[in-house]
Amino acid sequence: MEKKLEPSFKEGGKLHKFWPLYDGFATFLFVPGHVTHNGVHVRDSIDLKRTMSVVILALVPCLLFGMYNTGYQHFLALGQTPELGASFLYGLLKVLPIVVVSYAVGLGIEFAFCIIKKHPISEGYLVSGILIPLVLPADIPLWMVALAAAFAVIIGKEIFGGTGMNVLNVALVARAFLFFAYPTYMSGDMWVSMNDRNGYEVIKEGLVDGYSGSTLLGQVADAGFNGTFKNVAGADITSTVFSDAFFGFIPGSIGETSTLACLIGAAILIISGIGSWRIIFSTFLGAYAIGLLFNAVAGSNAYMAMPAHYHLVFGGLAFGAVYMATDPVSAAQTKLGKLIYGFGIGAFAVIIRVVNPAYPEGVMLSILFFNVMAPIIDYFVVQSNINKRVKRFKLASNGVK
Amino acid sequence: MENLLNIFVKSIFIDNMIFAYFLGMCSYLAVSKRVSTAIGLGAAVIFVLGITVPINWLLENYVLKAGALSWMGEQFKDVDLSFLSFIMFIAVVAAITQLVEMVVEKFTPSLYNSLGIFLPLIAVNCSILGGALFMQSRGYESIGEASVFGIGSGIGWFLAIVAIAAIREKMRYSKVPAPLRGLGITFILTGLMGLAFLSFAGIKL
Repeated sequence: MEKKLEPSFKEGGKLHKFWPLYDGFATFLFVPGHVTHNGVHVRDSIDLKRTMSVVILALVPCLLFGMYNTGYQHFLALGQTPELGASFLYGLLKVLPIVVVSYAVGLGIEFAFCIIKKHPISEGYLVSGILIPLVLPADIPLWMVALAAAFAVIIGKEIFGGTGMNVLNVALVARAFLFFAYPTYMSGDMWVSMNDRNGYEVIKEGLVDGYSGSTLLGQVADAGFNGTFKNVAGADITSTVFSDAFFGFIPGSIGETSTLACLIGAAILIISGIGSWRIIFSTFLGAYAIGLLFNAVAGSNAYMAMPAHYHLVFGGLAFGAVYMATDPVSAAQTKLGKLIYGFGIGAFAVIIRVVNPAYPEGVMLSILFFNVMAPIIDYFVVQSNINKRVKRFKLASNGVK
Repeated sequence: MENLLNIFVKSIFIDNMIFAYFLGMCSYLAVSKRVSTAIGLGAAVIFVLGITVPINWLLENYVLKAGALSWMGEQFKDVDLSFLSFIMFIAVVAAITQLVEMVVEKFTPSLYNSLGIFLPLIAVNCSILGGALFMQSRGYESIGEASVFGIGSGIGWFLAIVAIAAIREKMRYSKVPAPLRGLGITFILTGLMGLAFLSFAGIKL
């Protein structure tokens, strides 16, 4: 198959225009036959493809749990007992189309750009394509997914020169685009899937009394922190809220609810050396520190009194810290810079949650903000290192005299 | 005190001159190729805003506003000179910019050369006049509030130009499509940065 097809894509062949497309698929499906000609410099065979595969592997726990939780919240809101198999099936049928649309649109655009710009296909979108569905609510219309993926790939990445050149995290650009363009779909009661399994009809009459589709953070933002939390069926879950949020049985975007799944992903990323532990650790630290600070000064604002460790498991903080903030392209590059960058993300996320009534969730915007600030953090870290060394050099040469 | 802090934070982040109002774009786009020059121009803007806004506040409250001249005597209490505010404000801005230019030329000639025409052009930088006019329309009550607002707006502008300069230094290694190179990509980048700064919109302090 490979032998038969290759000549028509090679230079001079009929389909040479589509060489990047062929090359991308061939290297993805088969072991590439390229060998180095001038001696070997590579000590580890890690490349972009393997990096991306590891990240996708790390995302699998979130994806699987997200599917299950989509069904779980759906049946819970209807007042039925959420069974494992039925919940998972419901979630699978909900989430799979979103993933397929995200990949089809994003990869289609990426292939088109590669053919026009005549460079080989790079694997950058493999991760973004799965991150985009995971930060969206399960009931999002598919055309919005397509629109957001197209916007993120073109404006967020391709016009900056493609994979590895983007300034902002691609998946977050998609989410922020939808958040500001269609706010009604990204806030309020959208977080629990209410479409029935086959069609688009919204189930309203089947809902239990006291139904609430808003996230835990949404409840706090609406009513202020009064010490109680409700699940989607309106039942009081105050006593188990921390463990519920830790394991992920709460409404929210598809992939972000389970802190445990994110921590499994974090372990994979840190052990394989792909995600930076500095960023993940300092993000949690920043969020916790600011949470404690707010607890200490809590007075007029009831939200400030919410225990600091709740901030770590609610909403998308863990997901953002593990998968979004560690994006090696848009994050800070220096070691000290990574610590500052992560701390800032955690701190700003909690500040936006608590202080800004417009957005109950601040992780996404906080990471975007620090994506913008990452180059300047790096700049000052590098400058201070240069200054320190110049000083040390001067001291040393003075001693010689 | 709390009031001053609110004005300060608000003018840096929430009402950022660049990302909330897109004021002062010309020098923001033109002088943001290198971080070191961006820092120089940003500092100059902080200085000019920090001086002109309080001076203009004094002018507004003791000369221009309806009834502001009553300190000169009873017969002036009906005089309303606010139609002169544009020309008075811009005169103050131009004078202060001239001062800054002389100081920069005297003490850091290298910065003076790299800023080039954009240093005197601070006089017509929209964010400076914008600062004075915002001060007028928002009706700040004391000279302290006006100075804090001026310095805060300057710091917000400084933050914006330094951030984009760092990104542009990094972007020099990107393969931006040829038609977008230079200003095109910078405009798009500014829009995306504005998206990131939207996180502050809606905060009420």
